[in-house]
Amino acid sequence: MKEVTFTVLENLPLAPRTFRMKLGGDTSAIRCSGEFVQVAVEGKFLRRPISVHDCDWETLTLVYKVVGEGTAALSAKRPGDRVCALTGLGNSFDIDACRHKALLLGGGVGAAPLYLLAKELCAQEKEITVVLGFNTASEVMLAEEFRQLGATVHIATMDGSVGTKGFVTDVLRIGNISYDYFYACGPKPMLKAVCSAIHTPGEVSLEERMGCGAGFCYGCSIQTQNGPRRVCKDGPVFKKEELIW
Amino acid sequence: MVAKDLSQELCGIRLKNPVIPASGTFGFGLELADSLDLNVLGGISLKGTTREARFGNPTPRIAECAAGMLNAVGLQNPGIEALVNEKVPALRKIYDGCIIANISGFSLEEYAHCCARANACPDIDIVEVNISCPNVHGGGMAFGTSADAAAQVTAAVKAVTRKPVFIKLSPNVTDIVEIARACEDAGADGLTLVNTFLGMRIDIARRSPVLANRTGGYSGAGIFPIALRMVYQVAHACRIPVMGCGGVASARDVVEMMMAGATAVQVGAENLRNPFACPEIVEQLPILMEELHIDSLRDIIGCV
Repeated sequence: MKEVTFTVLENLPLAPRTFRMKLGGDTSAIRCSGEFVQVAVEGKFLRRPISVHDCDWETLTLVYKVVGEGTAALSAKRPGDRVCALTGLGNSFDIDACRHKALLLGGGVGAAPLYLLAKELCAQEKEITVVLGFNTASEVMLAEEFRQLGATVHIATMDGSVGTKGFVTDVLRIGNISYDYFYACGPKPMLKAVCSAIHTPGEVSLEERMGCGAGFCYGCSIQTQNGPRRVCKDGPVFKKEELIW
Repeated sequence: MVAKDLSQELCGIRLKNPVIPASGTFGFGLELADSLDLNVLGGISLKGTTREARFGNPTPRIAECAAGMLNAVGLQNPGIEALVNEKVPALRKIYDGCIIANISGFSLEEYAHCCARANACPDIDIVEVNISCPNVHGGGMAFGTSADAAAQVTAAVKAVTRKPVFIKLSPNVTDIVEIARACEDAGADGLTLVNTFLGMRIDIARRSPVLANRTGGYSGAGIFPIALRMVYQVAHACRIPVMGCGGVASARDVVEMMMAGATAVQVGAENLRNPFACPEIVEQLPILMEELHIDSLRDIIGCV
């Protein structure tokens, strides 16, 4: 865990009420995909946990949805502004658990952390299929970014305006997708549906209201098959078989 | 600049400085061992522990509010045996300061059992008895909102431990001085005050409470003046030492608490927004003391 003051390089809308913020600064505490950072917002007591979308030696990219006053304040940041964050939080996706073919499932802004994961899986020369779910065509994001990595991308929208009409699980039902392991991030009902629909092993990244974000306040605990676990420290990524829905 | 003396003494136990992370805001210390140097801390008050392991309340357990936050964790802990056999010995291996075990319960017998187990653990320096948790039903705060019940808990735990016993008081009472005096008369060696203020937030879009527990304890900068007033009143009404707690976020707040009468000062919610808050306060204290012409922190206790 490391506290870093970043400089905003870019903060642009990616979809309605969703922004991509590129930050410049020390990323040495960030190890791999699946992690998150705790972003401080002026005038707010607690930090905002936001997953790592992309990261290299000098930049950190976050994709976040404006859901309240804190994230609204974050969306008003301009290039050159400062953003303070605790970095190096949470566990990571287990990229070695996938043998050859990975299935990545993202719901809405839950697609964000899967991007760095896809990059890591690419580096291991694994075959990647990405299924992204949104409410409607205007919300679709990151599909092109995944395609540029060489992934096969399927889209599902609730209103059918793009891709398959329905949920990401409807894409799995009708598409002939081959995979040996899955990774999912999105709203809880989607993750629950994914875990019951898919019979291969896999893992999901959870979201929870957090206090400290670093494992010492026990504000985000969940019950698992292995007993109480902290989403911020023991997670946010959990194996499918650990979770109790 | 004259070397500044930050050391304190609490019931015969020497503290290298008065700064102590408050119970529930610093885990069992071990969670932060990789991120900061624990040995700069005067003491550590460990997460509240009960006889049996507890999961606590469902999530959401955390809600934000102006100048602070609400929590309804509900005493998640691994139980007293795990505390005395695993957590405390592991912490003692890496920490040479004052270890404060925080004990909670749902009956007099449970408080006494846990304190007896803590008494048998040589690595525990102080037992802090939580009679003020607002987030559990039928226990916790129920013992801290009546002078008689507070005195009964105090007497029950004093009977089974030779370690200094601090009773942690609830601010959710009409007259905190009455409760404080009852604890002192029943044999308490010191008092910690205050725990959180019972509060609530509502999600106006969903028309339901933000916290799954509906209500939770309010902590953070917003409660500092109220906590300070209570520390001032109690410290001037009792002879036993007081650990001041509630909204402390800076070296200035520590000095204020001590001028109001606190011998040591606990930092709570601030740790959740800044895990480095306590070491930063310890670093700032000598600079502030120089500015205020204070050579020893012991000189300012209760000076107001």
